[in-house]
Amino acid sequence: MSDPTKPPGAQPAQAVAAMDLQEEADRLQAELEEARPPHAGPISQVAATVVALAVGVFGAVGSYALGLGQLTQPGPGLWPFAISVVIIVLSAVLVVTGRNLQDTERFSRSSLLTAVGLVTLVGLAALLPVIGFEIPSLLLMFIWLRWLGKESWRSSIVISIGAVAVFYVLFVLLLQIPLPRLI
Amino acid sequence: MDISPILDGFGVVLEPTNLLYCLIGVIIGMLIGVLPGLGPGATIAILLPITYGIGPVSAIIMLAGIFYGAQYGGTITSVLLRLPGEASSVVTVFDGFALAKQGKAGTALGIAAIGSFIGGTVSIIGLTLVAPVVAGFALDFGPPEYAALGILGVLLISSIGNGNKLKAIIAACIGLLIATVGRDTFTGAERFTFGSLNLAEGIDFIPIAMGLFGLSEILYNLEERHNKVHSPAKVGNVWPSRKDLGQAKGAIGRGSLIGFVLGVLPGGGAVLSSLAAYALEKRRAKQPERFGRGAVEGVAAPETANNAAATSSFIPLLTLGIPANATMALMFGALLIQGIQPGPQLVTEHPDVFWGVVNSMYIGNILLLIMSIPMVGVFVRILRVRPAIMAPITVLITLLGAYTVRNQVYDIFLVIVFGVLGYLMKKFGFEPGPLVLAFVLGSMIESSARQGLLIFGGDPTGFFTRPISGTVFALVVIVAAWPLIRKAIRRKPTDRVEEKIS
Repeated sequence: MSDPTKPPGAQPAQAVAAMDLQEEADRLQAELEEARPPHAGPISQVAATVVALAVGVFGAVGSYALGLGQLTQPGPGLWPFAISVVIIVLSAVLVVTGRNLQDTERFSRSSLLTAVGLVTLVGLAALLPVIGFEIPSLLLMFIWLRWLGKESWRSSIVISIGAVAVFYVLFVLLLQIPLPRLI
Repeated sequence: MDISPILDGFGVVLEPTNLLYCLIGVIIGMLIGVLPGLGPGATIAILLPITYGIGPVSAIIMLAGIFYGAQYGGTITSVLLRLPGEASSVVTVFDGFALAKQGKAGTALGIAAIGSFIGGTVSIIGLTLVAPVVAGFALDFGPPEYAALGILGVLLISSIGNGNKLKAIIAACIGLLIATVGRDTFTGAERFTFGSLNLAEGIDFIPIAMGLFGLSEILYNLEERHNKVHSPAKVGNVWPSRKDLGQAKGAIGRGSLIGFVLGVLPGGGAVLSSLAAYALEKRRAKQPERFGRGAVEGVAAPETANNAAATSSFIPLLTLGIPANATMALMFGALLIQGIQPGPQLVTEHPDVFWGVVNSMYIGNILLLIMSIPMVGVFVRILRVRPAIMAPITVLITLLGAYTVRNQVYDIFLVIVFGVLGYLMKKFGFEPGPLVLAFVLGSMIESSARQGLLIFGGDPTGFFTRPISGTVFALVVIVAAWPLIRKAIRRKPTDRVEEKIS
């Protein structure tokens, strides 16, 4: 353990001092991120890696179908095939060795916030060409402020109207960007 | 050395529009450094569509300003809130926050600003001297060398970042795979397009960067770290006293050098250099126990080093065309959008871009010094803006900005898809950075590798026998094996400790 009162002679080499410091910094980082949800355990580790493995297999099959050609005359599939093989090999290693890694995060109740946010994003993209950007933007701002950000009703209404007005002035009136719009 | 292009570069910077974009860039950089949530990478990604509307020089000047401006802004949160705004400001927290608790927050900020300014400026001078030499050396590079350098770059970024190395390399390979989507330039065959016309042209860099860096971070932050309002410590006089300056002088000088040298290395140059500079000062100090309890050098050294490193990390990008970190990958993409290929030809073919951007950093650093010392109060007040309010505004800028690039809703959906992918990657411990970097370099690596094969008549051993590409591939092997080597080195000290205990 690195103790700040330790005399300088106790540190044998610069490299070790830097490592101590790295640990100290890591500890601080961990402390700052205490709010992070707990890690998700071996099943999600394996699941995530299997997805990567599937991507690799899919890439390998797809690029093999494109034609590998020869080294003297590489086909369109040679390069993606090579990458896919690397993905497959590394994912396979990770499936075996990475079961007990702790770098995944569990989905929690607050992940619902992200899901709601995502729905508003898709909603904006879907409504934009139909009814212009003003109303969808206003709705998105309001939902994010009131329910995702837990602002008060009053400040949610004021800020969302104000922000969309600024966007309108900036994008439509000043920069004259051709956004689809209602008015 | 012919200095007339350098002087012409100053002419470019001093054009009013470029000065304005420099100012906008550094202000945005300061702001996002201070505001929790978005980092410089996310911000640059979100603002990429703007670069379509303005010229290449102005665009890169502004994006560069955001990048080094954030290094200044990050200091403020480290010192006042004990929250490092940037990974490279983590060590600043130790002594910076201790000083703030003693009521000397102003001193810490003042010293950090002066150190940042000196570190940045020393590094720009170094960049001015070194970059043309490296570029001149790299002019003889052929396709095999570029293939090797590209692979080395991807591997270094993947292996130096934090997090699991295997996962990072897998992410990078998926980035390489995504880069192959679309029409193959050699044979004209359509790859992985599934008959979609949108995919036939390949996937554009902007939606990938905006989604993976920008939107994913916003989605990720929605889950937590919300509604946390901190009250910052009071900031008194920011002008450091003569005694403080005298104490920090050596740390600033050494920090500049460490930052400049380590910043050139791919991967976490700025982070590594701030750690190294802090460690060196602590080791050199007559009373190392002062560190962590409010030593001025403990703020000056890392802040100087991270700024110097941020600047010198432009060297590999501007001279070799190899981005040294994720943010530089965005710069690379921004230059490509403007039709400029970053690489050794940049100095000779686009001297206005090269010297314009390099020289703009002098101006930007002066602007940042002004903003961090006399005007620091303004930015301290911004600390009170709640992230809950910033999030929807940045989301709107991202989505509407993505639309404006080609006036297609398809691009918005692409951003959302990559935003979700980035969010899931973060949840499952895969970093999006290597993916984006590999995507940027992907087509370059593929075409150089294939051209190389043609040069060698289909004999892949040619990549290893040419002196420069062979050397680079040797480095690739060393980097790939590095985790094993380090494990062997690390084991020794712990063994000794265990022996002592037993």
